[in-house]
Amino acid sequence: MVRLNKSRGYNNKMTIKEIAGIVDGKLICCEEKASTFVEYAFSSDLMSDVLTIEKENLVLITGLANLQTIRTSEMSDINCIIFARDKKIGEEMVSLARENNMVLVESPHSVFHISGELYKAGIKSIY
Amino acid sequence: MQFRHKISGGDFARAGNVASAVKKILRQLNIDHSVSKRIVIALYEGEVNVVAHAYSGIIEVEIDENKIETKITDKGPGIEDIEKAMEEGYSTATPQVREMGFGAGMGLANMKKNSDSMKISSVPGEGTTVELVTYIRNHAG
Repeated sequence: MVRLNKSRGYNNKMTIKEIAGIVDGKLICCEEKASTFVEYAFSSDLMSDVLTIEKENLVLITGLANLQTIRTSEMSDINCIIFARDKKIGEEMVSLARENNMVLVESPHSVFHISGELYKAGIKSIY
Repeated sequence: MQFRHKISGGDFARAGNVASAVKKILRQLNIDHSVSKRIVIALYEGEVNVVAHAYSGIIEVEIDENKIETKITDKGPGIEDIEKAMEEGYSTATPQVREMGFGAGMGLANMKKNSDSMKISSVPGEGTTVELVTYIRNHAG
């Protein structure tokens, strides 16, 4: 994977595929949607916090791997979730994500590491 | 257009099913995306509240050309102090609810933020009713 946006602010729109590459992520679901552009990222394990976000083209970075992570993303129109530290993504989660055309990415890194890499690459924060 | 869904308390696997169904209907009806998002988020928070705190609940949604009215009625412990429950950060959620990524005392405040009017009534020991109104074409106020 080529790292495109090394200097912050140079280009703050990247495809999900490029982002997955930066975080050494594995695409679990809906790879065909991985050419979608992402502009913002939000890191949280608190779904109520995620539900306050009004921005779109957003990737969610989380350590919380359950059905409500997918449901929350559905309601918030989030089309990519990166699960930190190789959390187990269950079959039900994958099927709900597929229903909603959501790309799921598994990364071996921590939420802090993923957030840092994406911030450095120019992805914008929300608050 | 009117519909009604039942929800079971404690059924975390299905929490969000109603909000998801409503989201699809609003999309079919071509409701403005930002309006639909507010309704769906308020409804989802409400649904999670029923699953988290009550024994059972009913969600009724009524859509007309100007507004969407949602009524969430549950049988459950009720809310002793509604004012306190509305305070951000105040929560009586169980560890199980927190494990699902909720229970930080943000739900009711988020429902209020995402609706044009919200009414809560509750009888401790019996249950709670939350009524939400969201206007479709900026008819608020």
